[in-house]
Amino acid sequence: MPTTPQHLPELAHLVDQVHTAAAKRQPLTIRAGGTKDFYGNTFHDNTAVAERLDPRSYSGVIAYQPTELVITARAGTPLREIETLIAAQGQMLGFEPPHFGVGATFGGCIAAGLAGPRRAGMGPAAGAIRDFMLGARVLNGTGQVQQFGGTVMKNVAGYDVSRLFAGSMGTLGVLLEASVKLVPRPVTEDTRRLACDEVHARALLSRWARASIAMSASCWSEGKLVVRLSGAYAAVTHGIAVVGGEGLSRAEATVFWSAVREQTVDFFAQSLPLWRVSVPATADSLALGAPELHEWGGALRWVATPLPAATVRARAAALGGHATLFRNNPGGVAAFTPLSQTQQSLESRVRAAFDPLGIFNAGRVHANAAC
Amino acid sequence: MQPVLEGGGAIDLPLQQRVVAALRAYLPADAVLFEAEQTRPYECDGLTLYRQLPMIVALPATEADVREILRIASALGVPVVPRGAGTGLSGGALPHAAGILLSLAKLNRVLALDPEARTARVEPGVRNLAISQAAEPFGLYYAPDPSSQVACTIGGNVAENSGGVHCLKYGLTVNNVLAVRGYTVLGEPVEFGSAALDGPGLDLLSLIVGSEGTLIVVTEVLVRLVPKPALARCIMASFAAVDAAGDAVAAVIAAGIIPAGLEMMDQAATRMVEPFVKAGYDLEAAAILLCESDGTVDEVAEEIERMSAVLRAHGATRLAVSANEAERLRFWAGRKNAFPAAGRVSPDYYCMDGTIPRHQLGRVLSAIRDMELKYNLRCPNVFHAGDGNLHPLILFDANDADSVARADAFGVEILELSIAVGGTVTGEHGVGVEKINQLCLQFDEVTRAAFINIRLAFDPTQRLNPGKAIPTLHRCAEYGRAHVHHGAVAFPELERF
Repeated sequence: MPTTPQHLPELAHLVDQVHTAAAKRQPLTIRAGGTKDFYGNTFHDNTAVAERLDPRSYSGVIAYQPTELVITARAGTPLREIETLIAAQGQMLGFEPPHFGVGATFGGCIAAGLAGPRRAGMGPAAGAIRDFMLGARVLNGTGQVQQFGGTVMKNVAGYDVSRLFAGSMGTLGVLLEASVKLVPRPVTEDTRRLACDEVHARALLSRWARASIAMSASCWSEGKLVVRLSGAYAAVTHGIAVVGGEGLSRAEATVFWSAVREQTVDFFAQSLPLWRVSVPATADSLALGAPELHEWGGALRWVATPLPAATVRARAAALGGHATLFRNNPGGVAAFTPLSQTQQSLESRVRAAFDPLGIFNAGRVHANAAC
Repeated sequence: MQPVLEGGGAIDLPLQQRVVAALRAYLPADAVLFEAEQTRPYECDGLTLYRQLPMIVALPATEADVREILRIASALGVPVVPRGAGTGLSGGALPHAAGILLSLAKLNRVLALDPEARTARVEPGVRNLAISQAAEPFGLYYAPDPSSQVACTIGGNVAENSGGVHCLKYGLTVNNVLAVRGYTVLGEPVEFGSAALDGPGLDLLSLIVGSEGTLIVVTEVLVRLVPKPALARCIMASFAAVDAAGDAVAAVIAAGIIPAGLEMMDQAATRMVEPFVKAGYDLEAAAILLCESDGTVDEVAEEIERMSAVLRAHGATRLAVSANEAERLRFWAGRKNAFPAAGRVSPDYYCMDGTIPRHQLGRVLSAIRDMELKYNLRCPNVFHAGDGNLHPLILFDANDADSVARADAFGVEILELSIAVGGTVTGEHGVGVEKINQLCLQFDEVTRAAFINIRLAFDPTQRLNPGKAIPTLHRCAEYGRAHVHHGAVAFPELERF
């Protein structure tokens, strides 16, 4: 039988806190470094009612053998610590997550489910966090520790719950430990910049993707398309010949992609509501009359606009996607696109399977998510 | 008649008549089968050890038919077992004696193919290979390629989260399906995922993929297509010891290479397949590795050189690189035909599917060799070495009850060892009915309770593929009593994660 981790002293106080909260129906806000406090419905955080649960005391790498391409770490481990450790072995996280601050943790990164520029890259080294999740140990809303998945790449025993925790925003339970698949760092990289309008950029990115050009990131904004090529020398050399444009120095490229990922490029320095619009990469222009920044080959479009939420959401829906109010909520606007009645009730039942009393992060995702 | 491990339940004839009448009020007569000679072909899937005649087979031709069948089944409280091509290897499509076997094979249209977006929208009965064939004129294909890809359907792939020999580089079904739509057991329409790269709310698509038909019935799948590489070349490397081959696999990964395929066969496996496929395998080697690179011509040249250097440095006694496509396909022919070859050298074979951490390979293969003696059955091994997924092929005779019992016990011991070394009982074939007891060992009770609660969240009636994928707490309690002797578990010395 699997070991019962309740015996670990570092875990005991977290388990106790959930037990006590469950007994009193005390809402809990799961928060580690607080680097993503802005994300989701922030108005839900009624601090007079909700008590803080801080997983940072449960920290540290549990297992890392580079040749297994897997790391297992506790949720409170600083994300930077993990990235530094695996970089020393020539490996990286294929989802290139944003930190949004120095306090970012491994668990917070997974719970937020946000991937960075590499999300829509070509090949095996790129994807969403859920694509790399292999296993998770979690603390549910009744204080039980559950263990899903494992540490191996292929595993179809039981429902794939560890992937479900990626992006669940702490509404299912406290993520305690996770095993994620790692990828080798590319042999070489090169970043190209060229002038082109939005429609042309989209057409080029689609054409290059179909031609297997080794793109690992793209960013279009203000008439400039920047593309990162990653892979074997031959693949990157071929990519440079096809993409053309001017090359950025290695240092410039590092600064640029870090700034896109962490949203420190000028585009994000404004106070208007910032919308994260996720649509099929080939969808038409948003045409909301506001400046945009595009990532992921055109599948992720950032737009800062004072337009009503209903207008932005209707346009995103018309293009086959959805819109999230990411930053600068003017107050009271639901951060995420509301779900249909069927989806909402199904989600509520799935949440209740983990947190039957609805004590975790109630309202952070959907205002009426509590059961 | 072969002995069976499970099934053989009797049909309730009055119930059958009631359900047939209700279905025939909506469906044409030839879409509702109930005579034994018509339902016999559906009595098992690829795992023929388990057989059960279905009460009724329903053959919907449209999404609306599926909805109506589910509503009729709900009204009458009848279980429903979805089925694709029936190629599954874990009994996931084993019929229910009092249920409707819902064959989705007639829903086999490619609905849309968008080369710009690199996606295809298909019905669940479309065969895996047919998607790639439809995409071929656009230079695209669907990456996951289970060995049964000629016959297996995308609906079945979604149910099982199927892999294949190229999933180390290109991912599993879960990484290549963007969205599904379908119906709950009550016939309510549902959709998960989208053509965008994410959605608001929980990623329930992750639960649907690999749920073995226990959560919803899928009627449409949106898959991601990828560009067909210009070239693929394969290295065949010989090793004097299985452990050395295992170490070489680790070294390739450590060198930062993700091969397009990385497969191992032990000597028993190469000697079994060579007479049939004439692949040119080194029959003196204790193990061979097949290591593939794909991409542009220059990329492949660069990668083949890097891989060859690593393999040579880690004890390869002989290397051969495919000179052309015909030779590459010949290298693969032996691996891809390992299962049929087993069927030729032995009356029956039982394919296991545990996945283990790669560094445990030597230990597990040596334990399997000991088990061959213990159970007096041969067991060649083929192995998705890159991702740790083992396929030991236990050779037995299904007409000999003792041989069946030994094969079953041999299989159970391999599965339990896979768990004990930190792996899983199933990498890609699914739990089905076959491995349901081993789930009691792999997951503790509170975790299994979560699985049950998820199932209830989707199907409160528990009529969708009952008895598969997730064991009941009662079943595990029964199994635990039978299995744990003197309070001890198997391999108590090992850490469990």
